[in-house]
Amino acid sequence: MRHMKATKNIERRSFLKTTLLASGGILFGVNYASAISNEATLFDADEKLNFHDFNAFIKIATNGKVTIYSPNPEIGQGVKTSMPMLIAEELDVAWGDVIVEQAKLDTEKYQRQLAGGSQSIRKAWKPLRKSGATARQMLLEAAAIEWKIPKESLFTKEGYVYRSDGKKISYGKLVEVAAKLEVPSNVILKKPKDFTIIGKGKGNMDIDNITTGKPIYGIDYKVDNMLYAAVVRPPAFGQKLLSFDASESMKLKGVVSVFEFDNNIAVVANNTWTAFSAKKMVQAKWSSDGAIDGTSEMDQKMHQLLAGESFKNWKTSDDVVAANEEAEFVLEEIYESPFLPHNCMEPMNFFANVTDAKVELVGPIQTPEGSRKNVANKLGRKISDISVEMTRMGGGFGRRLNGDFVVDAAVISNKLRKPVKLVYTREDDMTGGVYKPCVKYKIKAGIKNNEVVSYHLKEAAVNWTMYRHNASNFPFGAISNYQVDVAKIQNDITVGFWRAPVSNFLAFAEQSFFDELSRKLEVDPIKQRLKMLAAVNRKTNYSVQRFSNVIKQVAKDANWGKTQKNRFQGFSAYYSHSTYVAEIVEIEMIDDLPVVKKVFCAVDCGVVVNPTGAENQVVGGIIDGLGHSLFGELEFEKGKPKVNNYDRYRLIRMNETPKVYCSFIESDEDPTGLGEPTLPPVSAALANAIYAASGKRLRKLPFIKDWELNIS
Amino acid sequence: MEKFRLKINKKKYQVEVDAATPLLWVLRDELNLMGTKFGCGIGQCGACTVHLNGSPTRSCLLPVAAVAGSEITTIEGLSKENDHPIQKAWKALDVPQCGYCQAGQIMTASALLEENKAPSRDEVREAMQGNICRCAAYNKIEEAVLLAADENKLNS
Ligand code: FES
Ligand code: FES
Repeated sequence: MRHMKATKNIERRSFLKTTLLASGGILFGVNYASAISNEATLFDADEKLNFHDFNAFIKIATNGKVTIYSPNPEIGQGVKTSMPMLIAEELDVAWGDVIVEQAKLDTEKYQRQLAGGSQSIRKAWKPLRKSGATARQMLLEAAAIEWKIPKESLFTKEGYVYRSDGKKISYGKLVEVAAKLEVPSNVILKKPKDFTIIGKGKGNMDIDNITTGKPIYGIDYKVDNMLYAAVVRPPAFGQKLLSFDASESMKLKGVVSVFEFDNNIAVVANNTWTAFSAKKMVQAKWSSDGAIDGTSEMDQKMHQLLAGESFKNWKTSDDVVAANEEAEFVLEEIYESPFLPHNCMEPMNFFANVTDAKVELVGPIQTPEGSRKNVANKLGRKISDISVEMTRMGGGFGRRLNGDFVVDAAVISNKLRKPVKLVYTREDDMTGGVYKPCVKYKIKAGIKNNEVVSYHLKEAAVNWTMYRHNASNFPFGAISNYQVDVAKIQNDITVGFWRAPVSNFLAFAEQSFFDELSRKLEVDPIKQRLKMLAAVNRKTNYSVQRFSNVIKQVAKDANWGKTQKNRFQGFSAYYSHSTYVAEIVEIEMIDDLPVVKKVFCAVDCGVVVNPTGAENQVVGGIIDGLGHSLFGELEFEKGKPKVNNYDRYRLIRMNETPKVYCSFIESDEDPTGLGEPTLPPVSAALANAIYAASGKRLRKLPFIKDWELNIS
Repeated sequence: MEKFRLKINKKKYQVEVDAATPLLWVLRDELNLMGTKFGCGIGQCGACTVHLNGSPTRSCLLPVAAVAGSEITTIEGLSKENDHPIQKAWKALDVPQCGYCQAGQIMTASALLEENKAPSRDEVREAMQGNICRCAAYNKIEEAVLLAADENKLNS
């Protein structure tokens, strides 16, 4: 099939198509995928367009009820509310009349599928509004035909078209005429000042399901005759299964089958508890390969890397070496972060039903398309045989980008040819892999005439070098001699994205380092930052003005520098995922340990589409970041995780949680992401506050280890 | 395998399971009451909280044999119309993010208000500390419990 790039005159087709419904009403097909991808591709012949090409619909019934089908998986980031808001705004309907439904995701019905992420709203901003505006234009046109008066004299409000004499007609009465009209191009979008839905707080669309315990998550999925599977995996990374004995497990009533697959052992039973119990009784022998590293050996190797020369250069501008030689003094420090598991509250799970005719997959996954492909390859099945349906997710944080458990579920079901739900125990979830990689940064800067004249950052990581896209972020542009180099060691531990990838720890290193520099220069850290921003003289990927504004705002909100007695503040500001964030953490030291009392945060994410959802994301990101900075760490001994459940892996709890105050900068700029950007700056703001309070500089995460400050 | 008679949400049930099976899995796998969630299985996260004779209890560690004859309430039975003050407050403040921990949070919070009609902020923070929220919706949960306790404010 021939594809072509979207150009102006055919662009509209990639967003909208209308059909009259047999049941009454009109269906507008909206192509979210085209809407959100940078380069929309679409079929080049009109007759080839059908509803299977579209993956979201606006349905207007003859009674005026509007249904918007949301195609995106909901992982708690709120897209199921915020994306339909964009359509409803321009369509001009009352939000209370809108029903949002999760579109079913299966390959026969939908062409393309996409996962969420902090970029969804940013990319959907214009196209989705345009689809709403186009539908509205057609309804206006239909009213003009109905009343035989010019369209220009009409206006819309909350699901009605009005005449200047006050007479009105509902959208529902117009849909049949509207459906037959040509889809207009070049519709005009509303000005932000005219918004009635965007910018007004809207609640979570699933709230009633959640507060009444409806079965909306993957782990709740169930069909008749379904079996339950648990998996025994190698206790340490790098181990190979030698043999196993399941005779004890098979004695348990309800155990159906125990078998080996892909270096694992599947334990299948007629309920979850029996599967979990039988799993514990399997006696397995694993190769014990002495060459597998523990965390302390990895630490040593990474320090050797940082001291050595085997780096790959990511970015160089001017000459850091020469600048350092001319500097009056240089500051050089190393910052360290551990492996982190994601610990989604809902453990990994997936449903698979493999039969000769088809493969049915249902569950919580951020990457349905990729997982479908992996299953197709693994089972040797055609993509068209496989359907994927997505459920609401009990957290993602990047873990559900990896569909390893989807493939496992499919393999188990394929072997038994029965519907199977694979469920991880918490221990499986924490020890089964895919972690934020362990990373260290060494930063070196030169100072001359009270100015920072050079900045050289070196990264050493396990398995993934993280510092890729951020190389042109601040302080690039503010310091002319600038260089970034990366290196890594390799082993069997699986790593991947973790909430705010790269920035989550890079921000800690960089923002702690700038605090250290300010102390050296004996300048207030905020004054120093504003001065550096004012000196930016290169083209950067951040706006100096927007960055400076959030910093000034947070300083004002937190009453920077004027805390009550025994309270200490730390500052940090970071630009990531296209959003500007500045934070101030306020602490007290009690028994030599920090107690976080308040966090202030100023955010510029452009237009705030849904203030209620936005606040949840901002506050959640900060507390999540605080919790992981204080306690988060997964250590290994000979490749084996040292802890495996919440008794020894500490997550932040309510009684340790500060109150978070956030300000959003008022803006007409296009909206940017919010799921991630408030997390990165908070670790450094806390470390900087601890320094202010105690004179102790923490350069290693987590800050509290064995109930004491973790001083490297 | 043994037979057990259970009283859940004022309804009577009979199940035939291994006596050691935790109530959590009886609810979820045998009785299709899926609102009670599995988070850790070791009594650390609170996702599986139900009311046992009115007290907040972790169902993941509670063998079914131990609860026969007790009054059990799960999230599904907290109110008929989703109108328990805690549920109303949760909606008013739009508390949940991913929502997975919330059934457990709601059951702990509602048991607290049963016992203490007007808890202070510190009492709320203390009572709720057994419930982990990985999305860290703690600020909102805290406010919502206080709001639920203040009937006048809640209904305005
Ligand atoms: S599942 Fe029971 S406390 Fe975590
Ligand atoms: S809302 Fe996601 S774990 Fe609490």
